[in-house]
Amino acid sequence: MAETSTAKAHASAAHGLQHQFDSLGQQKDASTLGMWVFLVTEILFFGGLFLAYTIYRWQYARGFALASHHMDILLGTVNTAVLICSSLTMAMAVHSAALGRRKPLMGFLVATMLLGAAFLGIKAVEYTEHIRHHLFPGPGFHYPGPDARSAEIFFSLYFAMTGLHALHMIIGIGLLSVLFVLARRGRFIPEYYSPVEICGLYWHFVDIVWIFLFPLLYLIGRHLK
Amino acid sequence: MSAVTIPEPEPQHPRDNYLNAGYGIRSWLLTRDHKRIALLYLGSITFFFFLGGLFALLIRLELLTPAGDLVQSETYNKLFTMHGVIMVFFFLIPSIPAVLGNFLIPMMIGAKDLAFPRLNLLSWYVYMAGAFFTLWAVVHGGVDTGWTFYTPYSTASSNTNVIAAAVGIFITGFSSILTGLNFIVTIHTMRAPGLTWFRLPLFVWGHYATSLIFVLGTPVIAVTLLMVFAERVFHLGIFDPALGGDPILFQHLFWFYSHPAVYIMILPAMGVVSEIVTTFSRKNIFGYRFVAFASIAIAVLGFLVWGHHMFVSGQSVYAGLVFSVLSFLVAIPSAVKVFNWTATMYKGSISWRTPMLYAFGFIGLFTIGGLTGLFLASLGVNVHVHDTYFIIAHFHYIMVGGAIMGYLGGIHYWWPKISGKLYPEGLARFSALVVFLGFNLTFFPQFILGYLGMPRRYHAYPPEFQVLNVLSTAGASVLGVGYLLPMIYLVWSMRYGRNAPANPWGSTGLEWKTSSPPPKDNFDVPPVVTEDPYTYSHEEVERLG
Repeated sequence: MAETSTAKAHASAAHGLQHQFDSLGQQKDASTLGMWVFLVTEILFFGGLFLAYTIYRWQYARGFALASHHMDILLGTVNTAVLICSSLTMAMAVHSAALGRRKPLMGFLVATMLLGAAFLGIKAVEYTEHIRHHLFPGPGFHYPGPDARSAEIFFSLYFAMTGLHALHMIIGIGLLSVLFVLARRGRFIPEYYSPVEICGLYWHFVDIVWIFLFPLLYLIGRHLK
Repeated sequence: MSAVTIPEPEPQHPRDNYLNAGYGIRSWLLTRDHKRIALLYLGSITFFFFLGGLFALLIRLELLTPAGDLVQSETYNKLFTMHGVIMVFFFLIPSIPAVLGNFLIPMMIGAKDLAFPRLNLLSWYVYMAGAFFTLWAVVHGGVDTGWTFYTPYSTASSNTNVIAAAVGIFITGFSSILTGLNFIVTIHTMRAPGLTWFRLPLFVWGHYATSLIFVLGTPVIAVTLLMVFAERVFHLGIFDPALGGDPILFQHLFWFYSHPAVYIMILPAMGVVSEIVTTFSRKNIFGYRFVAFASIAIAVLGFLVWGHHMFVSGQSVYAGLVFSVLSFLVAIPSAVKVFNWTATMYKGSISWRTPMLYAFGFIGLFTIGGLTGLFLASLGVNVHVHDTYFIIAHFHYIMVGGAIMGYLGGIHYWWPKISGKLYPEGLARFSALVVFLGFNLTFFPQFILGYLGMPRRYHAYPPEFQVLNVLSTAGASVLGVGYLLPMIYLVWSMRYGRNAPANPWGSTGLEWKTSSPPPKDNFDVPPVVTEDPYTYSHEEVERLG
């Protein structure tokens, strides 16, 4: 018992407990709650687009179903798998940080970043294909088939939603690279690793957004011709 | 309790405080002290207040005569748009939370700072970045969409700086989100030992409720403006009627934030009034828990009433009915507050200090604003007065008569704590009176104008409306003087005012237990709370024997 509290006191001194907090525990509670509150704002932020999607899907069911045929389901599925794997490696990174294992922590962070980059790469291939087929909304939009106007709304939402998601992925990779540098300097110990944990929360959140985007944009109504 | 109000000898300014903790521009621009950040906000929002006021002045000057003679109608459109954008997003929304909330919440809960001081500083920079874009839009010819940015005008037709203004508001929104997040986490995790939720000052409850709206509402306006931006810049077609898109969807999304935003403005002011009323009545607040929960109820109900802005927008009658009923419900927690303040004052020993004058002004004007809100919540009356000066008068009674009265009351009440100086009481009382009279003279005629059918947003009007418009313009100039006076004498007092004691009003809150101005870490000894807030009554009993 005495040993743990000495270790904790040491940890507080070494890892710069910020002056406004009384203890590392309080600091951790605050940063975790802060991230959860931030994720709530993120849900509302994406929520506006999901609302727009829901209304137009209901209004233009056929046009949306037909437009979703222009999605590459293979690439979408692969990307979903890539992202789920990245969530696993992120969880492993948090776990390693909690155990104070520096090398595995760094390894899992790199793996997560690579998977994230792979996702973005595949997404870029998809975007290129869409743009090549004149499916980017605006003056250059050219859609072969019926319900072209609602298809343009579909693609507007598609680019807005996946684009915003991709932006979050890029920010996430940026955060992870900062974590990597800190981990390399040995800044995380079992008493203090909340940055890893809260970035993990963020990463999982961004994954979950995709878990909703994938069926909405690729899968629903695919059986309709 | 130490709050017996014996006139204390003028204290010499104690040792180190947050104001003399560092000098030079860096010590301010890189500070993480919530008190200094509050003052950074105070400076910036004061600038925007007077800039927005300048636009208001030009609007009122144009309306002095029936003919559109001072400015062209296009210029007039820009004037009211810039007035609305600046006052709403750059003054009213950050006003009390970012200045008084920032300064006081850590002290009221006995903490050294907010939970995330760096984030707090960042939120000021984010605010300034947003302000920069908006000022850019102003300088480069302004925006003419109205502060509501309704589509498809804003996305397809307007040739003005919609993008810069939207980007500015989008960015500034994140400063609100960060402030709200910081307050929520701080109130949850940083309370002093013994400070339970039901011992929190009502000011803190008001800010907790406000923060909920910041966090839940602001992201929605952000994504909405992002969609407008994407539509203008990338030609995405989300609201575009040419594609079958729905401009009314924009209105839903816009008001989902912008109606709760009204409560962002009023809830902190209500918190201020609760503090002032108990202090200057020397009585415990009547029905503490009711007042506290009324804040939460207003925040929650506020999210369910946005459709009352759209009674004539083509929303279904049934939706209109539901929104009408829900809007009436907001009257309940609002009335709870007004009745509880009144009951608090009943048989209290009321002192007519400046903050109390503002609190009285708030209660009266908020009541008028609230009751006319019920007119507007009724479907039939709403259709009659929709988009007339009646609605202008109504929301100015809430936002100016309510929020700004609360803000000025709070600034006066906590000025001794903030600056360590006393303001000149006589002059301050006089200017509170000027504000009250000027306000009513400006906006009461607008109720009548609106009821008679004068529409908003036109630079010319039929000659029979001139008398009331002249009254309103005259009132606006009186009001302007009423706002300039405090700025002058408060700045004057920073240099020439008498030094303030730690607790000039004999208040009970934790913020009064530390010196004026407070030390850098707020308290020399971390406080421990052993009693409920507002223990004025038994203090009075002790004092009177």
